[in-house]
Amino acid sequence: MHRHTLAELARLLAARQISSLELTRHLLERARSLNPRLNAFITLDEDKTLAQASAADARLARGEGAALTGIPVAHKDIFLADGWRTTCGSHMLENFVAPYDSFVIERFNDAGAVNLGKTNMDEFAMGSSNETSYFGPVRNPWDEARVPGGSSGGSAAAVAARVSPGATGTDTGGSIRQPAALTGICGLKPTYGVCSRWGMIAFASSLDQAGPLARSAEDCALLLNVMAGHDARDSTSVARPPEDYRRELAKPLAGLRVGLPKEYFGDGVAADVARAVQGAIEELQHLGAHMVEISLPNVKLSVPVYYVIAPAEASSNLSRFDGVRYGHRAGDYGDLNDLYCQSRAEGFGAEVKRRILIGTYVLSHGYYDAYYLQALKVRRLIADDHARAFGEVDVILGATAPSTAFRLGDKTDDPVQMYLNDIFTIAAPLAGLPAMSVPCGFGDTGLPVGLHLVGNYFEEARLLNLAHQYQLATDWHRRAPKGFGD
Amino acid sequence: MILYCALPDKRNLATDMNLTLADVQKIAHLARISVTPAQTEEVRIKLTGIFALIAQMQAVDTRGVEPMAHAQDVSLSLRDDRVTESDQREKFQKIAPQVENGLYLVPKVIE
Repeated sequence: MHRHTLAELARLLAARQISSLELTRHLLERARSLNPRLNAFITLDEDKTLAQASAADARLARGEGAALTGIPVAHKDIFLADGWRTTCGSHMLENFVAPYDSFVIERFNDAGAVNLGKTNMDEFAMGSSNETSYFGPVRNPWDEARVPGGSSGGSAAAVAARVSPGATGTDTGGSIRQPAALTGICGLKPTYGVCSRWGMIAFASSLDQAGPLARSAEDCALLLNVMAGHDARDSTSVARPPEDYRRELAKPLAGLRVGLPKEYFGDGVAADVARAVQGAIEELQHLGAHMVEISLPNVKLSVPVYYVIAPAEASSNLSRFDGVRYGHRAGDYGDLNDLYCQSRAEGFGAEVKRRILIGTYVLSHGYYDAYYLQALKVRRLIADDHARAFGEVDVILGATAPSTAFRLGDKTDDPVQMYLNDIFTIAAPLAGLPAMSVPCGFGDTGLPVGLHLVGNYFEEARLLNLAHQYQLATDWHRRAPKGFGD
Repeated sequence: MILYCALPDKRNLATDMNLTLADVQKIAHLARISVTPAQTEEVRIKLTGIFALIAQMQAVDTRGVEPMAHAQDVSLSLRDDRVTESDQREKFQKIAPQVENGLYLVPKVIE
């Protein structure tokens, strides 16, 4: 049963050929038996999960099923789910039981989907390898000595290992797309504001966006249909009429203008990654798309700009963790100030502390203009580059990550090397644009390569269209890591 | 927590990038994160490396560029000024480290 895609499982459930309970039991068993190897889940709660599966079967029996009724979906442990432990990968929230549902969880509950479990992640979503998790690193199913990417690495590994047919993630600088690329699956970061951030633990509020991870573009469309929607509790949630993200899947690609930014095809890409991307370009041309060379002159500044803006917002957001209202409190402290300082020193890991310190510094008096304000201005230049490009092309294409999955421990000593993994994914969230990663082949060592697609605002359906047409012509997305596909 | 607060030392760190151990301690104090003397040097080295990366964007001429604080240039929506939340004090205090009689307990702040 785990070999089926989400869309296939949805058809089997709707036709009552399988029950949600048997499917969920099977996947839970798979999650339990593989977790000692992959560490993809932080929390599994069999009783809660099976209760939802039974309810879904009852709903299907009444003939009231929706598209995802009875489908198990794994959720990144950044989404609050009422009664579920929600840790955000941190010691700070190790024992935090969410008192309410996030918007995204509410939507899946309303759809009758089943919460399969809470997936591992970099602490507070700060990382590109899943190695900053307090609960230990996730391992890549393609090579368990390698990282799955991050920060949504648990969700990506669970989907790639055929444990969960789909999963949720969040993306601030590449945290959905980079792990999707490194594990050979699809991941979509919608336009900023498409999915409400209500109940999603905040990292950098002007960048954070929820999105789906799944094996195919069609599956991503089904998941996004549930996740997207306006919500008055998030003031940045966009009020737009609901759309069916599958509506353009079948459209031919003839005449589609695809932009190839010269900045994304230089020395910074590993030769095996570049070869796979070149193969995808040729396939898309064969399908009728036109390639147009473009330039995004300021994207080279994306990483430095991001490492001002994201830490600045994080230092503000994470000030709520004070050891008073919830989260970790130090065992030993003097006065109130010491209670804050000790609780935060113990509760946060090294990378989170580094980013809070950077953010505190760039917002402090005397440095605000030189760092934060300057970063906001360069952010505008980066967004303007994209606006100009979308005057000429429909989609921007490149590699998702500069290399295939690296070894655990390879980059943990040098934060800057780690940050440069996101060099191709950071510009889209800075501009607020939708972007996705699609499997497009394998590198020299047999590890998956991701193709990165960026669309204009609210053109998720166009990205999914391109990805789906590409997947009709190729089978990269059907390849499973050895030992996980049978 | 105070996030916009004067650093006593007015050297221009934006240009020389060389954080001192004292700078690290000052930032840590503002961030309310205890950094032990033994950790300070490692934190200093890592932060210095990150600020060297950040320096790349500081040379860009941004005169006349409007800062982009947000991905959307839309005005925030307003809601009616009425109470929508119910009292959930008990539920929320169940997850607090230390409460008594409905109050969050912290060390004495007024002698």
